[in-house]
Amino acid sequence: MSTFVLLTITGLGLGAMYFLIASGLSLIYGLMGVLNFAHGALLTVGAYAAWWMSTKIDGSAGVKLLAGALFGIAVGALVAALIELVLIRPLYRRPVEQVLVTVGLALVLNALVEAIWGFDARAFPVPTWMIDTTSVLGASIPNDRFVEIATAALVLGGLTAFLRWTRYGLIIRAGVENRAMVTALGIDVRRAFTLVFAIGGAAAALAGVLSGVYFGVVDPSRGTSLLIFAFIVVVIGGFGSIGGTAVSAVVVGLIQQYANYYASSGLGDLAVVLLLAIVLLLKPEGLSPKVAH
Amino acid sequence: MTRLRPFLVPVALLAVLAVVPLLSLDIPVLFGGPLDTPGTLGLLALCLVFAGVALTYDLLFGITGLLSFGHALYFALGVYLTTIALTKWEWGLGKTLLVVAGVGIVVPLVLGMISLRVGGIAFAMVTLAFAQAGQVLVQKNPDGLTGGEEGLGLNYDAIPDAFVGVLNTRNLYWLALAYAAVVFLIVRWTVNSSPGHVLKAIRENAKRVEVIGLQPFRFKLLAFVLASFLATAGGVVWLMVLGTGASPQVTTASFTLALLVMVVIGGAGTRYGALLGGFLYTLADQRLGSLAGSSTIEKLPSVLETPLSEPLFILGTLFVLLVFFVPGGLAGLGARLRRVRT
Amino acid sequence: MSVPEPLIRVDGLHVHLGESHVLQGVSFEVPEGGVTALLGRNGVGKTTTLRAMMGLVPRRGTVTLAGEELTRLRTHQIVRRGIGYVPEDREVFAGLTVDENLRLAERNGAARYELVYELFPELRERGGQRAGTLSGGQQQMVAIARALLNENPVLLVDEPTKGLAPLLVTEVAAALERAAELATVLLVEQNLGVVARVARQVVVLDGGRVVHTGSAADLLGDPERVRALLGVHGSGH
Repeated sequence: MSTFVLLTITGLGLGAMYFLIASGLSLIYGLMGVLNFAHGALLTVGAYAAWWMSTKIDGSAGVKLLAGALFGIAVGALVAALIELVLIRPLYRRPVEQVLVTVGLALVLNALVEAIWGFDARAFPVPTWMIDTTSVLGASIPNDRFVEIATAALVLGGLTAFLRWTRYGLIIRAGVENRAMVTALGIDVRRAFTLVFAIGGAAAALAGVLSGVYFGVVDPSRGTSLLIFAFIVVVIGGFGSIGGTAVSAVVVGLIQQYANYYASSGLGDLAVVLLLAIVLLLKPEGLSPKVAH
Repeated sequence: MTRLRPFLVPVALLAVLAVVPLLSLDIPVLFGGPLDTPGTLGLLALCLVFAGVALTYDLLFGITGLLSFGHALYFALGVYLTTIALTKWEWGLGKTLLVVAGVGIVVPLVLGMISLRVGGIAFAMVTLAFAQAGQVLVQKNPDGLTGGEEGLGLNYDAIPDAFVGVLNTRNLYWLALAYAAVVFLIVRWTVNSSPGHVLKAIRENAKRVEVIGLQPFRFKLLAFVLASFLATAGGVVWLMVLGTGASPQVTTASFTLALLVMVVIGGAGTRYGALLGGFLYTLADQRLGSLAGSSTIEKLPSVLETPLSEPLFILGTLFVLLVFFVPGGLAGLGARLRRVRT
Repeated sequence: MSVPEPLIRVDGLHVHLGESHVLQGVSFEVPEGGVTALLGRNGVGKTTTLRAMMGLVPRRGTVTLAGEELTRLRTHQIVRRGIGYVPEDREVFAGLTVDENLRLAERNGAARYELVYELFPELRERGGQRAGTLSGGQQQMVAIARALLNENPVLLVDEPTKGLAPLLVTEVAAALERAAELATVLLVEQNLGVVARVARQVVVLDGGRVVHTGSAADLLGDPERVRALLGVHGSGH
């Protein structure tokens, strides 16, 4: 029983990270029709920015982490916005080239990180209280899991509120459904594009910071390995839907944990990947926008 | 004489490349030693292998318009199955090659029949999913077969002597050249055949092909199986050329993406584009690392030196620039320059 | 007496959709005030003409509004010059509520909610309802209300009575009459009864070009002409 609780909460913690990186991906594809392969690189850039800042700050691990996280998120948002403005926007009517550019960008950004800081993992500042465990229903849960879950819940709440209550949120929700009609109402969707990219970049960076806490280190391959799961989450949960992404992230995280433990190690990853194939084959329209753009 | 015209260029190219191991020519910067040295020949062989493998990817992407993110799976199939058969199961080379060939047809046939039921981005993601499954399988190291993270060493006894040993590097070069040439011939023949014309039509507009009464699915499957089979063959040749054995790097999505970059840089769907892209990418990837240590680069301020020392940074940037400004790739650049001049 | 300048001038509009050359040099003028109906058989390019004017499809040619050339502007800029667009098939945002659909249409400045609720009182009642759950007729009301919300001098309306029951058709026609008091309306419509009721001028398309312009009364009073140009007998669908 206690193992089950540990697996469940760990699965939720993983799901939290998947949600953070998938939410941006989902909005970007839903609104803009761009499958952003550079999203994993945004995670890596954000994680390293956070790590770098934490090495410049004096103080307890908690202070370092917080400062690093804030800086990382800001960098993630900024880099994402720049990417959208400089590289994505000019290729507006060339979707194949847009995808190719994000692929190339992922290569470039990852290579840059590797060039500057090398392939080796770097230790991430983790406050001791996060490494400590709390007993829940007989299981010893490392506290960082709660931080991840709480953070993701906060972001979920914040995003939902943003989409529900603000004008840009309204524009994004409408744009995901029917981008052309939004412009036919006199609204410049392109500003929403940049905003969505920036939000995605910030969320991905935050996911990078959390992954640093979860794994204790950052390394250049982190973004790419998590990106695959993000794709799976988004395809299963539906593009453009934050709620769907959240549910799907939890499902994927839990399946991965349970299968890896109860079936055999590695099988969870396999199961999740095959789930992607199955969903795609059964519901290929899940990947096309609801209304033709 | 006119009937032989189209053959002149490829035959001449082949002839020139074939005599390279006999030339004691030193090309500085590009190569670390004269052309007939094992080090340079080994590098050239690797470039030729990837020229061929890139072309197999182009058959899918540039010619048929199928964006696959899982092509690495078939290459890895060739690499791993051969290594496992020769090393773990201790089969002879003949039996191994036969079985690998058979598997190299059956697997893409089955996976292709599943994946091709969807198109566009969905197809790309399904192929990615299958390749990821392959990667996970290799990592899991069932029964210690695949060697997991560390890879699997190759048993040299099973390989003919002609291909073993530093002195025989020129034979490996010729093997790689033969591979690239065969792939080129097969792809050329496919493109010019009537199924090939259908493939081209499919790339432009699959609906129209249906209207004519043909089924795009069969042709796509043909292209898929052929491209994958040739990639599997490429895996086997690669194994011979490198000689070290199987490594999980060839199962990754990054490997497939590298192929995509090669094809785009060279020029998707053009006659020599993919070959050129595969060759140059591999050359750059291998050589830029040593160039970075050279004195010229070291003198640059670290802001420039650091990124330039990473080959993938340069290649990725080149890729992005080409996608932006020269969608036809380097081959397309050539075509444009010719048009400008006339 | 000098002839007033037309509010809208369309000149040499060419549109290619895929392989087909849908609009082959469409030229016409829309006088200020009242309803001008854009007529033609099915598939002749009426909707494409409106979309081309909105910049929603790539086109060649010029579109001028009150003397200002719109063709080089992007869609949202064209719309901001004062165009209310009611597309074929309504295209309301199903996931948004009625209120949100209307709010989205707001531009900087006064939004005429009183007018809209006066014309369509149901929209006030159903404000919190998701637009996807509305009936066809109710969605049509939302679509028209969106266009009327701002003080647009021009309304481009595409087949607003399509698929509606007769009672609703009458309601929509009444709304169009009201709208025509406040703006110049270019109306694509297959229902000749509605056209007879509201339209002052007509422009007829065929083979990708304009084949007839003139007063609505003149055309509709000539059944032979109507049949030749539109392939229907008299009024009704």
